Parts: sequence; structure tokens; C-alpha cells
Amino acid sequence: MRVEAKILLGLGTFFGLMCAVYWNWSLENAGGVMMFAGMLLCFLPGSYYYWWSRRMKARPEDDPQATQSEGAGVVGSFPGSSIFPFTLGMGAFFVVLALVFGIWFLVPGLGLAGWAVLGATAEGRRGGHV
Amino acid sequence: MTDLITPQVAHADDGHPEEEHHGPTGILKWMTSTDHKVIGLSYTVTSVVMLIIGGLFAEIIRAQLSSPNGTIVSLAQYNELFTMHGSVMIYLFAGPFAFGGLANIIVPIQIGAPDMAFPRLNALSYWLYLMGSLTMLMGFFTAGGAANFGWVAYAPLSNSINTPGAGADLWIGGLLLTGFSAIFTGVNLTATIFYLRAPGMTMFRMPIFTWNMLVTAILILLAFPVLTAGLIMLYCDRHFGTHIFSVAGGGVPVLWQHIFWFWGHPEVYILALPFFGIATEIIAVFSKKPVFGYKSMVFATLTIGALSLGVWAHHMFTTGVVLLPFFSIMSLLIAVPTGIKIFNWIGTMWRGELWFSTAMLMALGFLFTFLIGGLTGVYLASPPLDFFTHDTYFVVAHFHSIVMALVLAGMGGLYYWGPKFTGYLLNEKFGKIQFWFLFIGTQIFTLPQYLLGLDGMPRRVAIYPHSPQWKSLNDWSTFGAILVGISMIVFVVNVGFSWKRYPAGDNPWDAQTLEWFTTSPPPHHNFYRLPQIRSERPTWDYNHPEHRSLAHGTGGTGTHHEPPLANAIVGLLEHDQDHDA
Repeated sequence: MRVEAKILLGLGTFFGLMCAVYWNWSLENAGGVMMFAGMLLCFLPGSYYYWWSRRMKARPEDDPQATQSEGAGVVGSFPGSSIFPFTLGMGAFFVVLALVFGIWFLVPGLGLAGWAVLGATAEGRRGGHV
Repeated sequence: MTDLITPQVAHADDGHPEEEHHGPTGILKWMTSTDHKVIGLSYTVTSVVMLIIGGLFAEIIRAQLSSPNGTIVSLAQYNELFTMHGSVMIYLFAGPFAFGGLANIIVPIQIGAPDMAFPRLNALSYWLYLMGSLTMLMGFFTAGGAANFGWVAYAPLSNSINTPGAGADLWIGGLLLTGFSAIFTGVNLTATIFYLRAPGMTMFRMPIFTWNMLVTAILILLAFPVLTAGLIMLYCDRHFGTHIFSVAGGGVPVLWQHIFWFWGHPEVYILALPFFGIATEIIAVFSKKPVFGYKSMVFATLTIGALSLGVWAHHMFTTGVVLLPFFSIMSLLIAVPTGIKIFNWIGTMWRGELWFSTAMLMALGFLFTFLIGGLTGVYLASPPLDFFTHDTYFVVAHFHSIVMALVLAGMGGLYYWGPKFTGYLLNEKFGKIQFWFLFIGTQIFTLPQYLLGLDGMPRRVAIYPHSPQWKSLNDWSTFGAILVGISMIVFVVNVGFSWKRYPAGDNPWDAQTLEWFTTSPPPHHNFYRLPQIRSERPTWDYNHPEHRSLAHGTGGTGTHHEPPLANAIVGLLEHDQDHDA
């Protein structure tokens, strides 16, 4: 976890320094704000990883001497195949067409997207071997 | 049915076949699969189709320019063609091919993961990408034609008065969809690399390709939301009467350029870094050596990622409202980590046992072409030179050297990793023919454009003044483009010819990283068993115990192993003896 935290915190620190130099030198706001936001976007997950890296034992993948048996076991379960990503993608497609050709495209768009959200949630709640 | 992600233990293969995966087959499999290999293959095929579509646009453009008063397309159609050529190649080919296609298939296998971290999100990424591509291309079938304001959509040219019509809106909509697809893939790759590595696969043992994909994914997360926000602002300006980018209402047109390039320059590295990673893997494997300067390679990748957020305005030097010294210094600094990479690639080959397979030739072609593109990029980072060459063919030639280098590396990636995910090798003879057409064609088509640019020929023009020199340089460039087109035909013929003809076996290249430990194609959830991971090339260590790698970072917690240093020295001695014999 420690290396992951260091990467993001390091990038964030660099963006912060760059932002300070740039903003003070150029007095141009758009780039300054975007660099500042970039810094925050690195600090947010970076500090989360840092917080955890100080509180948990090294995971098998962080241990240079780990054996493969340490990684055995279930790490997660998910539907082996699912139609709902496709449904949601088509929904998003129709929503975008509504931006171009007319508001009525929202009817199939939001309909498909809503169906996908409900369906995918139910699929996840069933869990286990189905 | 529900899949349990259960990592397999090393040597747990007791002869029983892994529980078979019962999923839908045929077109339903394509539509419903959440397997990263199926999704990655869909991504790869779709993006290669996009490469061919974008390439056809390029051939029409070059045909038009082969005479000063070309009449193959009208001026309006020419605007649509160069806009869509750029858009298709950047948004729909280069990025998705790398982070959606090859990375999607290879990264989880390289780090010993059973799948991506969020399989359904991964599938959603693909559908958003496919539908976004179709949305953007749909513009050709509307009354006003496709978008025609250049792939950068500068304000005020892109507002509703200068560019009315559905084509521009479809372009914006298509980009929104592909943008979200990229963001989701970025989330997925980051989470996979941070959380699903196999035991012993520490961060500093990950293959360079995986490292590059991690930095790419972080850059996607930093850059793409900015583009999405900018596109929404552009749409509001076009349809809801806001004046964010128009002077009339108190807006600032240059703000669009800031937003666009704040995404656009990191995007250049989002495109380039995966292909750097592909070239690194290929060069190491076909030199039969570990990557030279592994840590400096990682450092260079991270540095490129860090600097990429501070160089955007070198695209805007001639606007006169950007801080020239800052952006010039930052852009020139990029040459340092890039130089480290080129040094390391040469170092990897140094005294190696070189095998000039098609993949290796493609990687070497990448190295050569990228060097030309990179060096001319250093010229362009200098404002006085940029003022002279801005918006001329010099810039076009510069970035085409870069992207053609990426195409070379990408083709190398298909020849190198194709056997892993299809199970079949491609024909090497056709591959070498393809390489020479692609490599020589690339040089013939870009180098004359540098001269045209220095002579002052502007980009994005359909007709140009009569001049024997410009005419002959453009002819050479067109000739090169035709050679590149032939190379693509050779590739398609090769895929057809080699279809299920040459079974690959698990490890046809005697490669080093974890993806070559499993079968070709890998089983559902990728591994029946995993080797112990003690260095950045576990498969090599397993297959060549007498030439084990010098282990990185083994001084840590282990007590039940022989001292790593002694190991390393023994390994070195044995290696030397081999060479003496």
C-alpha cells in the first residue's frame, strides 16, 4: 500500500508546486484552477492509501517473499455475464442523441438506463451461486 | 450464473480441468460477457476498424493534395475529412486500442489477477466507446455533414453561428460517450493494479507495460473530466445561450483552448505511454535480457506523467496570452525522461541476443520514428521556432512521426501479444513485408512534410499555390501514405491467411512476464497455477532457473530462503560461464 500512496502523494505534491509557481507567475486563472484541482485529485485517493498503509499489515502482494498460497481464497464475486452494461450503454447513447435530434430521445434513453440500474442492482443483490 | 474470483494456488493443478465456465455463446457472449479478455478483444477489433476508417480518410486527403488544385473532394468535404481523420485516430483508435484493447487483456494477466477489478464497469466502457464512435461517425449521414471545425474545435469557430448543424453536436455527443468510457477504464485499471496483484508481485516487480498503464490511467483520471466539462460548456454555448467562449457575452474564446489542451496534452501521453510500454516489453524479450534500468524506466514514466499537466499551453504559444518561459521550460524538460527511456531501450539491446522477429522490427521502427518525432518536438517547444512553424506542415509532420511510431509499436504489440489472446501466431513473412511497407512508407510520408512546413505550407488547406517544389514534396508524401495503406492491406491479409493456422503454445517467444505462464488463450480467470514471484520476470525465472533474475527488494521479510545476494552472484557466475563456453 505504501508505494501506491507515495505515487499519488508525490504526483499531487509536484502538481501543487507547479501550480504555485505557475499561478503566481502568470496570474492566469483557468490553468491555475485546473492544476490545483489536479493536485486535489491526487491527494484524495493518495491520503486514503496513506492512512490505510499505516494501519494495516503488508498484503501478500506487498510482501516480496510471499508464497502463492497466501493469496488463495475468494476475493470477490460478480455476475459471470450480464446484459445490463449493454443496456446502460444503449441508454446513454439515446440520451446523447436527445442532445442532438430532440428531447423525445430521452424516453428510450432514460427508460433503458433506468432498467439497467434496477436490473444490475437486483443482479448484484442476488449474489452467491445463481 | 455468478462467478467467484478465486485465485489459484501455485502447483494446485491436480489434473482436474478447472470448472468449466458456462456462459452464453455467439453474439450473446459478445453482448453480455464481463470477461476482460472478451471485452479487450472487442476493443482491439473495433479500434483497428477505426484505424482503417481513419486511414481511408487520410488516403483521400493525400489524394486531394497530390495536385495543387485537387478536385477529388470539395473544400467543405475536405474540412469534414481532416476533422474526422484527426478525431477518429485520436479519440477512437489510438487511446482505446491501447488502454481499452491491449491493456485490458494484458494488464490483469501480467500481474496475476483473475479479471479486472470491476468487470461490469469494464463492459460498460466498451459499449460507451462503441456507441460513442458510431455517434461521431453518424455525422456523415446528416444533412450538414460531419463536424468540420478541426479535431480541436476551437471557439468561436465551433459555436452555433459558424458551425450549425447536427454533425458538430454528434461530434460533441460522441466525445462525451467515449470520454466517460475512458474515465471508467482509468478507474478500472488503477483499481486492478492497486488491489488485484498476485502475492509477491510488489509494485516494483510489475512489468513496465503495467507501470505505464498505471500512469496512463492516472492521467486519464486527471485529464478526461476536464474535456467532458469543456464539452458541456461548448454545448451550452451552442444551444442554451450561455457565453462562456464568446466575446459578445463577456466570455473568453481562449478559455476553450486552455480547457481543451489541459486535456489534450496529457492525452498525448495517454496515447504514447502504453506504446512505450509495449516497445519496452518487446525489446526486452527479443534481446533475451531484463529491461535495462528498470527503476529509471519507472521513474521516467512517472516524470512524464507529472510534467504532462504543466505543458498544455505550448500548443497556444501564438495566442500571445500564455506564459512563454514557463511552458517552454516544462516542455523542454519532457525531453529528459524521454531521453532516459531511449537510452534504456538501447541499453536493453546492448550485448543482448537479438531476435529480429516482426514484433522486434516493429519496436525498432518505433524507436527510430519516435526519435525523429521527439526531436522535432524539442524544436517546437522553443517559442521562436514555434512562431515560425505554428500551423504549418512542420507541426503535422512532427506529430505524424510520433503517432506513426505508435502505430508501429501497436502493430508490434499485436504480433507479440496476439498469440497470447488468440492462441495462434501471425505469419512472420507477411509480418516482415508489412513492417517494411509501414516503416519506409512512414518516413516517405512524414519527411517531405517537414520540408513543406519549413517552406511555409499551412496545414488544413485543400488547395495550395502552384509551385513545382510543393507539388513534388506533396507527391512524395502521398506516395508514402499509399505505402502505409498497402501495409494495412498486408496486415488484413495476414490475419486472414494466419487464421487458426499456427498454434502458438504457451510461450512462443521465451518471454519473461507472467502472461506467458498461462495457456494461450488463457482460461476463464486466467491461471490454473502461478509461479512464485521473486523478480520482475517470474516466467523467465521459472523456465530458466540457472539464469534467475537478480531479485529486486528481496532483503525484506523472508527468512526461509537463501541470501538473495549469494543467489545473485551464483546466477551471475553461471551466466558468465555460459557465455565463455
